[in-house]
Amino acid sequence: MQADDATEEAERALRLCSACMFCDDYCAVFPAIAGKHDYSLADVSYLANLCHNCRGCYHACQYAPPHAFAVNLPQALARVRSRSYAGFARPRWLGRAFAHNATIVALVSALCVLAVLLVADPATLLSASSGEGAFYRVVPREIMVGGALAALALSLTTLALGVAAFWRAIAPDGSRAALLRALPRALADAVTLRYLGGGDGGCGDRIEAPSRLRRLYHHLMVGGLALSFAATAVGAYYHRWLGWEAPYPLLSLPVGLGAVGGVLMLLGASGLIMQKIRANCTPSATETLPGDYALLVLIIGNAASGLALLAWRSTAAMGLLLTLHLGLVLALFLLLPVSKLVHAPFRFAALWRAAVERDQCGSRHRQD
Amino acid sequence: MIARQDCDVLVIGGGCAALCAAIAARQRGADVLMIDHAPFTWRGGNTRHARNFRIAHDEADDYVPGRYPAAAFAADLARVAPDGDAALAALLAQHSLTLTNWLRAQSVRLQRRGRGVMPWSQRTAFFAGGGKAAMDTLYATARRLGIPILHDTEACGIECAGDRVTAVEVAHQGAMVKLRAASVIACCGGHQANRDWLREGFGAAADAIAVRGMGYAQGRLLRALINAGAVTVGDPGRGHIVAVDARGPAVDGGIVTRLECIPYGIVVDCDAQRFADEGGDTARTHYARWGERLLAAPGQHATLILDRSALARAASTAFAPLRAPTIEALAELIDLDGAALRKTVDRYNAAIVPADPNAPESWRAMALLPPKSAQALPISTPPFAAFPLQPGITFTHYGVAVDGSLRVRRDNAPPFANLFAAGMIMAANVLPRGYLAGLGVTISAVFGRLAGEEAARHAGR
Ligand SMILES: Cc1cc2nc3c(=O)[nH]c(=O)nc-3n(C[C@H](O)[C@H](O)[C@H](O)COP(=O)(O)OP(=O)(O)OC[C@H]3O[C@@H](n4cnc5c(N)ncnc54)[C@H](O)[C@@H]3O)c2cc1C
Ligand code: SF4
Ligand code: SF4
Repeated sequence: MQADDATEEAERALRLCSACMFCDDYCAVFPAIAGKHDYSLADVSYLANLCHNCRGCYHACQYAPPHAFAVNLPQALARVRSRSYAGFARPRWLGRAFAHNATIVALVSALCVLAVLLVADPATLLSASSGEGAFYRVVPREIMVGGALAALALSLTTLALGVAAFWRAIAPDGSRAALLRALPRALADAVTLRYLGGGDGGCGDRIEAPSRLRRLYHHLMVGGLALSFAATAVGAYYHRWLGWEAPYPLLSLPVGLGAVGGVLMLLGASGLIMQKIRANCTPSATETLPGDYALLVLIIGNAASGLALLAWRSTAAMGLLLTLHLGLVLALFLLLPVSKLVHAPFRFAALWRAAVERDQCGSRHRQD
Repeated sequence: MIARQDCDVLVIGGGCAALCAAIAARQRGADVLMIDHAPFTWRGGNTRHARNFRIAHDEADDYVPGRYPAAAFAADLARVAPDGDAALAALLAQHSLTLTNWLRAQSVRLQRRGRGVMPWSQRTAFFAGGGKAAMDTLYATARRLGIPILHDTEACGIECAGDRVTAVEVAHQGAMVKLRAASVIACCGGHQANRDWLREGFGAAADAIAVRGMGYAQGRLLRALINAGAVTVGDPGRGHIVAVDARGPAVDGGIVTRLECIPYGIVVDCDAQRFADEGGDTARTHYARWGERLLAAPGQHATLILDRSALARAASTAFAPLRAPTIEALAELIDLDGAALRKTVDRYNAAIVPADPNAPESWRAMALLPPKSAQALPISTPPFAAFPLQPGITFTHYGVAVDGSLRVRRDNAPPFANLFAAGMIMAANVLPRGYLAGLGVTISAVFGRLAGEEAARHAGR
């Protein structure tokens, strides 16, 4: 990652914040800058990823525009955050995908659906077919599983390389033991989205109207994703070890998990879109919004196509719905390292460093 | 055009005092109208810049540890301002006991002890997110209670008949309107942003003073009240003035521009000469002393010089220091004579007596004139750093006198029957000089609330 206007602006805002500290109740960013005089580039990208973009500090800020200081910390950090996704992408050329991210998401999704269509058996696409193994008559199981696994492996490797580069840049000084000690706290902070909500007040979607809905919707969506994954895993287990073939009956575990997961994802992702639309976007980096929306729409597409497949799986629409669903799932997998999805590991890395530093701080205080 | 011109209680102002007054009056059933000179974007008055407020409490709770009896509060106040109104001070201390509960009942979020990095304070509670967040919450509460609020509406004058205010003249959307109300509460702060008025109190030096708070504190209504016979308290030539970074804006720099690290370095004037004991008062309030010193310095300007190790001990600053590898290069950056600055620094370094090597705060340089009586550490490790200093005013110790029911007192006559004052506009009753951390907001909130209740009672509610 390189210094540019965005990192300089973030540094300027952070400096004012560290002299002010009025927002130290809101999130981990403020304790992390207490007493600081200088910010390295790595510090700035660490802090940018530590920010959960709750925007509470924007509304609380007596120096927000039109004040001469024009402090807009959520926006400044969001800009650096998206720079960091691009800057730490590995291989480096992948970073370019963040420039027109919505287009990339749309393009990859379309191509994936097309690709699945191409490998599907044209004869089964438009005719009703049901019973055990019906799905695999549309797309052969080896292709389905092999394709998904290959995509996932590729994506996860790429993502891991990027996250490792980011971690190398921001890693705190501290022993391995200190890292391990801080891990539970970091995991808890990440899973509970502790800082998505401006202290206890809720996200600053709009002035005077902090709201906890965003955290709720995010939990629903992630919960839904997890259930859908669980559904896939159980399905794989049934197939591999019990020899039962999809589609499974309505009252089976994979279908139950998948259906609930799909509904939660739908609710969560649409809720997030709604919150985004309702929110005042002054504290946002508007250029990053299309990519955010695109990913949410893709998640909705995944959930909706899955649910539709469930509803109409014994009709002639099954073939097309299945290809659509498989295509969108494939797209989600492939987009892992080049979409808003990267925010999860990046933020976790930042939370981890914050947890380590909090421990160090704590022990320092105890000493004197 | 204003739809309704009559109300039970007219509240003038848009900060903490006004909001507390309006909400308290409304909760007593009064029909309240609130007007503020500032537009919506700048609502909240100087309370936007406030962080913590002083409260007496008999036991620890989620927000303050230990205890701080009302009597101790009053005694602290009497210590810094012995000539204040003791009865009002006692009232303030007493009613501060219930302040956190009252604010929380209005949905204001306070910072729990142990959250964030603010050092706990036994005497003050903190707004979570600071004054602007708190004021936004009070605005939301006021709106929920059905209090109409007119922004961009300045009270310019009053009309009186006997001991009553019959109308308030208001500039609203380019026109002058008269508002009539059974009771009127003036919560419109001081006059510290009125440059002409400051010049009356501080002379030509006033031009070099940065106004730390908002520019709307023009004191227009204060002037009108004085002209209408209100008694004044305090002195317009006295104020809470601190050292701020001269690179900050002339108005509304807020708290971030103040420099707390003066004791770690030396302060030199335009001739690169020291002129005061930087280590003399290392209490947290030391920077308030520097306001007066800067006001007296030639050109009201001076520069703080630190070295690398001093800077490392300093609290974060809003602007990066000017830095240079040598004293001469630093002098050039800040327009001082390099040789003169070098001489001052060398003489200072040579005069240091490192008493206890392990307790640098006790090192002194007493042979100098003026001496440095604590924290006299050598200025020797590059890079060297400089902060340009300027006086910045928080408020003046000046306002209208009130009686125990917060009615504005008149010269040679009983107080106004229906005119009340709360907040900074009457703070000099209890604080005619000096300052205690967190007193401003407490004065505004406590007296605002009391004035609101009193005004509603007066209006028959
Ligand atoms: C930088 C800074 C930091 C501070 N920090 C603290 C702190 O941490 N703790 C603390 O206790 N105190 C602090 N104070 C002091 C504190 O802010 C004030 O004492 C307190 O907020 C005053 O509240 P108020 O409602 O009386 O006045 P203000 O909040 O100043 O409100 C005055 C209001 O009146 C309006 N007004 C002015 N003239 C007119 C008119 N003619 N007609 C209509 N409306 C008018 C203004 O627009 C404004 O809204 C600080 C002050 C500053 C400047
Ligand atoms: S966002 Fe504004 S109010 Fe909050 S800490 Fe930063 S400068 Fe202070
Ligand atoms: S937007 Fe929220 S999470 Fe980000 S720095 Fe501000 S308060 Fe913290």
